[in-house]
Amino acid sequence: MTCAARGIHSVVCIKQVPDSAQIRVHPVTNTIMRQGVPTIINPYDLFALEEALRLRDDYGGTVTVLSMGPPIAEEALRRALGIGADAAVLITDRRFAGSDTLATSFALSKALAKIAEDRPIDIVFTGKQTIDGDTAQVGPGIARRMGLNQLTYVAAIDALDPAKGEITVRRRSEGGVQVLRSKLPCLITMLEETNTLRRGSIQDMLRAARAEIVTWSAEEAGIVDPMQCGLRGSPTVVKRVFAPQPRADRAEMVAVEGKSPSEIGEAILDLVFAEAPKLEADLATRFK
Amino acid sequence: MANASKTPPPANSRAAMQMRLAEKYKDYRHVWVFIEMERGRVHPVSWELLGEGRKLANDLGVELGAVVLGPRCEATKAVIGETYHYGADVCYICEDPLLTDYRNEPYTRALTDLVNKYQPEILLLGATPLGRDLAGAVATTLQTGLTADATELKIAEDKSLAATRPTFGGTLLCTIHTLNHRPQMATVRPRVMAMPEPDRTRHGRMVWHSLRMVEADIVTKVLEFVSDRQSDKANLAYADIVVAGGLGLQSAANLALVQRLAAALGGEWGVTRPLVQKGWAPPERQIGQTGNTIRPRLYIAAGISGAIQHRVGVEGADLIVAINTDPEAKIFDFAHLGVVADAVKVLPALTEAFARRLTSPEPAI
Amino acid sequence: MPEHFDAIVVGAGPSGNAAAYTMGKAGLKVLQIDRGEYPGSKNVQGAILYADALERMIPDFRETAPLERHVIEQRFWITDEKSHTGTHHRNDDFNEERPNRYTILRAQFDRWFSRQVRATGVTLITETTVTELVRNDAGKVIGVLTDREGGALYADVVVLGEGVNGLVGQRSGLRPEIRPDHVALAVKETHFLPEESIRERFNLSNENEGVVIEVLGSVSSGMIGTGFLYTNKESISIGVGCLVKDFAEKQIAPYELLDRFKSHPSVRPLLKGSEMKEYVAHLIPEGGYDAIPDLTGDGWVIVGDAGQFVNAVHREGSNLAMTSGRIAGESIARLKAEGRAFTKANLRLYRDALEDSVVIKDLRKYRKIPRLLKRNRQLFTTYPQIVNRMMQSFLRVDGQDKRAKEAEILRGVKAARGSWFGVAGDLFKVARAWR
Repeated sequence: MTCAARGIHSVVCIKQVPDSAQIRVHPVTNTIMRQGVPTIINPYDLFALEEALRLRDDYGGTVTVLSMGPPIAEEALRRALGIGADAAVLITDRRFAGSDTLATSFALSKALAKIAEDRPIDIVFTGKQTIDGDTAQVGPGIARRMGLNQLTYVAAIDALDPAKGEITVRRRSEGGVQVLRSKLPCLITMLEETNTLRRGSIQDMLRAARAEIVTWSAEEAGIVDPMQCGLRGSPTVVKRVFAPQPRADRAEMVAVEGKSPSEIGEAILDLVFAEAPKLEADLATRFK
Repeated sequence: MANASKTPPPANSRAAMQMRLAEKYKDYRHVWVFIEMERGRVHPVSWELLGEGRKLANDLGVELGAVVLGPRCEATKAVIGETYHYGADVCYICEDPLLTDYRNEPYTRALTDLVNKYQPEILLLGATPLGRDLAGAVATTLQTGLTADATELKIAEDKSLAATRPTFGGTLLCTIHTLNHRPQMATVRPRVMAMPEPDRTRHGRMVWHSLRMVEADIVTKVLEFVSDRQSDKANLAYADIVVAGGLGLQSAANLALVQRLAAALGGEWGVTRPLVQKGWAPPERQIGQTGNTIRPRLYIAAGISGAIQHRVGVEGADLIVAINTDPEAKIFDFAHLGVVADAVKVLPALTEAFARRLTSPEPAI
Repeated sequence: MPEHFDAIVVGAGPSGNAAAYTMGKAGLKVLQIDRGEYPGSKNVQGAILYADALERMIPDFRETAPLERHVIEQRFWITDEKSHTGTHHRNDDFNEERPNRYTILRAQFDRWFSRQVRATGVTLITETTVTELVRNDAGKVIGVLTDREGGALYADVVVLGEGVNGLVGQRSGLRPEIRPDHVALAVKETHFLPEESIRERFNLSNENEGVVIEVLGSVSSGMIGTGFLYTNKESISIGVGCLVKDFAEKQIAPYELLDRFKSHPSVRPLLKGSEMKEYVAHLIPEGGYDAIPDLTGDGWVIVGDAGQFVNAVHREGSNLAMTSGRIAGESIARLKAEGRAFTKANLRLYRDALEDSVVIKDLRKYRKIPRLLKRNRQLFTTYPQIVNRMMQSFLRVDGQDKRAKEAEILRGVKAARGSWFGVAGDLFKVARAWR
């Protein structure tokens, strides 16, 4: 069946992450306090999900969401189903623990290949980066491993021709936007704020609540060599985790007692120029 | 805060892992920096990385190489010359019409071929859209480790690269090594490293490389490049005066006070992340860990609490002035000058004071 | 085809969860709808869990539920601006095998409770707000509409566990708008403090023992309200709440009140070195028995805070909510098993069972308290000052002979209250309202 006839099969890779805005460091042991920090879908992934759903609106097909994580990552997948995705796959295995981006793209690529066995994949979507790792490397890693055409920092999908298998996108670049035309299958990392996430219907929510999320161990995901996963498969090694050293001296506080705002303004000005006389001279010439 | 890593890690833990390079990696030598050039213009982060790369090469006693990929033209020639001014000893060049516009396929091929041929031990790229697009593909092709957004690079005792980066939203830092794979790759955001002073008397060697691809090999085509025409496009990262506002401004309307002061100083204006999330300002105005890193000569922070995610984006500023109503605000821990007052009142006063001072006929001494 | 359920439960708080759990266990087809991102995200409480109510549904909850500390000591403080006088009960018996009261963190506890609910087969959808009830031509409630597209959801009965605001109930005309003198606004902060510090400051042997402090007096700045401080494993919950009507009249901002409470000389040292983690505000029903709305109708029942089941005197709310939810669930399951329709008349089963339970019994007992408090604000202002001044004077050894000192103290009391009749009258009123 041609791509045009069966619609577009997109797989959106999502990650469940701790809501980093709420992460705190234990003041005594210096470890991350994860307890009680709610988990969320990596916000950047939501733009990717919405884009995949839009393609389904326009061209038909299916949207599958895929995640690699601990068993509780199923909550994130369920949420994605509630937003409108058709199917969800979780790959979870203790041997995935400690995976850096190389090991992660390895595992996800294997899972994607397995998913493709049932239904060929046209587009793999990922978010621009995660808020907990923020390396932006897994998307390109997957593209390389699977031989997908890599289109990152995509601000918009301008055109898609399922019959020809061609796609045109706008890619953010320094100082402007590249308009690129490429072929399916491809990997797209979506930029943030490129679309507005939809709300699933009641039917989507009920379906999500009742769905059996397909869960695969490393073997079931088609990984023959688990040595390429987890810590073993990660070339990067975290040797040290530490709290940033605060600078020794606090700010010099400008006296404000009993001063009017304009007096405070003058006081700040005097101190700034006392600290940085060259700045004053440069600014003066600039405004001459 | 106590430093958690004072005690050494347990002997057979991951953190205590030792370097044990395979034979095939033992001859990898030299530090390379990828020079990001588009339409004849070099992204300044490349120079910042050459500056940093120079220090690493000196520590290791090896050469600093620059990699220039692009079309064959005058602009490229000029760039090659500049790489020596900023510290490179040798420039690896691949000039080909296929490299005229950035595309992942030919650039990844060129860079990986060069690495496989000349075997550098360290490869650095800027953490820009282009740099990240390229770095991930290259690292995966080479099956090596890549540390993103490093804020500090050092050579460790075992001669490996120690790349430090923030983690968990910036609340902690971690140091990462690519112990047993080569090259050790890292990306660094613009403005994190200092811009080195160029030495225009320096020269270096050139090494040429052919791409060996044809257009038909490359699937992705560039149809056009649409430049940003916005007149108020932010250039926060490289501004030398920045005024920024945070939640202490209390309303989107008050952002105008920040903008006015910035204009009076001839500088740029920015905001903290919560304001972008509230829709008060576009993402390119964001300053902080997930936004722009700035290194201005003067940074005025109005109504900003100074959480770590913001701090890491502004610590490199020469002079930080913080205005906040809360005397316990964290920003006063790293600002140089602190003012406990309502920014909404002080900003206009400051704007006026600066305007008066700067347009007066005699510069104050 | 629109879906049909035996029951739809609006809300995944203590009352909604209790109702859904009970009905789920009885084999009913239940749909539960919560507007929060995850169950519990919109719920706010001090929080104290009274084990009894939960035990009746999930006897072995202690094995898996996330509990902070079990309470072994209760302090009751009466404060004036700079001091407090209090009573204190600490009992090692509370270290029993099945402790009776725990401090909990609502977000975590509710998620756990929700998992238990779903394990019984209940379908839960979140991030969905019920906007109105659907009625048939005869006026019977037959389902709900939500803020998502896809139409209505239908059920034989709708259980409204939507909390103190009760918006759906209000909008559907099931209950009147909430009166500002029937509800308190409480604000709370959670302060992170290392476990060792909590242990030391509160004199506890381990990370499982906990302390509860309830505060009356200057903490509410002349308004009707109370303050509290609870110890969690690695944090302190501190809060204060007053009648919404009082806040409006006095024009004091709630967080200002909390700031004052935090800087009270008796409180500040307990919070020293802590880091604020979270700030929340919530409404608490305070109307008591007389504020209870109609609890049943054709095709609907009200449970939890929406029914005003809060015992202000003993600060019990969530357990009464759970109990009401459980009783509603049992009544509904019984009607279903007997094949009877969910008419208002039949649902009396719920109302009657509630009357027989501690929920209504306790509320009835304290029915006069709200009015008493409103008419006797001196309980929040004058008496706390009197008590503290008395104690201060009593404890100060300053060369005055004891007889003279006592006389001076008693004069002070009389002067503050106006007359001995005033004091006697107050004592009488309180005693009568208490009974």
